[in-house]
Amino acid sequence: MKILSIALNTFRENLRDKLLYNLLVFALLMIGSSVLLSRLTLGEFHRLILDLGLGSINFFGVLIAIFVGIGLVSKEIEKKTIYTIVSKPVARYQFLLGKYLGLTITLFVNTVVMALGLLVVLYAQAVPIEGMLFKALALIFVEFMVITAVALLFSTFTSATLSAIFTLAMYVVGHLTADLQTFGAKMDDLSRGILNGIYYLLPNLERFNLKGHVVHHLEVSGSDLMLIIAYGATYTAFLLFTASLIFHRRDFR
Amino acid sequence: MTPSSDLVVQTEQLSKIFRVGFWGKRVTAVDGLSLEVRRGEVFGFLGPNGAGKTTTLKILMGLIYPTSGTARLFNLDMGDPRAKTRLGFLPESPYFYDYLTSREFLCFYGHLFGLWGAVLGRRVDELLELVGMTHAKDLQLSKFSKGMLQRVGIAQALINDPELVVLDEPMSGLDPIGRKEVRDLILGLKESGKTVLFSSHILHDAEVLCDRVAIILKGRLVACGRVTDLLDQGASHQVELVVDRLTPEGLDHLRPLTDKVVMQGDRMLVVLKSQQQVEGALEIIRTAKASLVSLNPQKGSLEDFFIREVKGHRSPPEKRA
Repeated sequence: MKILSIALNTFRENLRDKLLYNLLVFALLMIGSSVLLSRLTLGEFHRLILDLGLGSINFFGVLIAIFVGIGLVSKEIEKKTIYTIVSKPVARYQFLLGKYLGLTITLFVNTVVMALGLLVVLYAQAVPIEGMLFKALALIFVEFMVITAVALLFSTFTSATLSAIFTLAMYVVGHLTADLQTFGAKMDDLSRGILNGIYYLLPNLERFNLKGHVVHHLEVSGSDLMLIIAYGATYTAFLLFTASLIFHRRDFR
Repeated sequence: MTPSSDLVVQTEQLSKIFRVGFWGKRVTAVDGLSLEVRRGEVFGFLGPNGAGKTTTLKILMGLIYPTSGTARLFNLDMGDPRAKTRLGFLPESPYFYDYLTSREFLCFYGHLFGLWGAVLGRRVDELLELVGMTHAKDLQLSKFSKGMLQRVGIAQALINDPELVVLDEPMSGLDPIGRKEVRDLILGLKESGKTVLFSSHILHDAEVLCDRVAIILKGRLVACGRVTDLLDQGASHQVELVVDRLTPEGLDHLRPLTDKVVMQGDRMLVVLKSQQQVEGALEIIRTAKASLVSLNPQKGSLEDFFIREVKGHRSPPEKRA
């Protein structure tokens, strides 16, 4: 119940944050502009609208996850609002989970709004809407959850600016981890071992990317989808657990 | 000895060492502090800026972990959630969720104590009334002045009807009216049987409000006790006399009894070393046929005591001797 109160308060905080609306407006503009851009292409404009639309949702969602996510905890510490929470009968992990859940709700609402924007555009342009689109959207949301947990983890021990840089780096690296394995395959045993270790430690965010599948009408089985979601959930749980451990030992000066 | 059930706050040899900067330089913020706050009293925690007051309060509130020593609230170990349910805390220069209205703000804190619905609504209305903020209940905190924030901050600390209220610098940054209101609030809390622990460097307020005070310097306790006892102990007991038309001979007789003589035309201000000198001085004045204008025993103030203690601890020992 305490986690939920903190989550709802965080959600309310996000709703009253101008940054969120700016990002949301830009996302909707991008999705809408895909219609204009598709005019410039010869045929295949379905693909362009889908690719650009899903890309925009992903990009702006990640921006929200990072830039709102890093402030979740560090802003509370900087503004000293956390003093009044921790001195109440609220365990620190409850505070952390509440903040996380709050932003997750915000991101969910955002994803729904952006997805509706995309559906309107698709419908208006008479692009066939397939089930695969919804699977892709679901995995985009799972990726947001992982990124938010990364941002939260960094913000438990470092400043907002550094958390933003680290999380952004993690996002970029997370999409390139497959290259680590390819790279390792050409190295000696020790280097391969190290690179493989890093590969498994970092989140493999490419797993959540189904844009290609949607555009090229490829299928992903239900069991594969569940496996990817389970991977995202496990990774998120691992990040939140680590964040709680760090947060528990922290002094609020 | 105070029975342990009457002890609301208890610290033993509490120490906190911070590591600061890149090389982790050690800075001692609190150094072997042992304190006791008893049920029902108003306890002032005094010291200059940077003395370790806020650090100590933060340790008690579970915001900071001590390096060594123990702290107990209501005879419960630190970090025991049961202690936190009986506690209210107002941090120093509080910043709150400024996107909330005061009503939403108080409701949020109520939820953290498991208060919901009509019970919470009533409690919030009561508190807004108590701190005189009913008119601003639907205004966002971002539009509040510092004094208004301090008031909802106090309301926030009282949401769970706590037995112990801890206020960190509750008067700082307030205008005289705001300070008076906070003083009245603290006295009201005492009347309703609550224990109040507050830190301050505004000594006049502490002198008026507190049953007992502790003075800390550089993290160490330098004095602790009832305000009257501290003022008696080592207080100067000087007496100021104002005399008109005292002859030079009379002044010569008077000099050995005085600390200071200030002449202003025919009138002079004479400061006697102690009350024991009063009789002798009056005799001299009568004999010299001078007239006594006024006689003022100087009452020691907490401020004098505080400044003496601070100076005493700052100067190196060989100079003090």
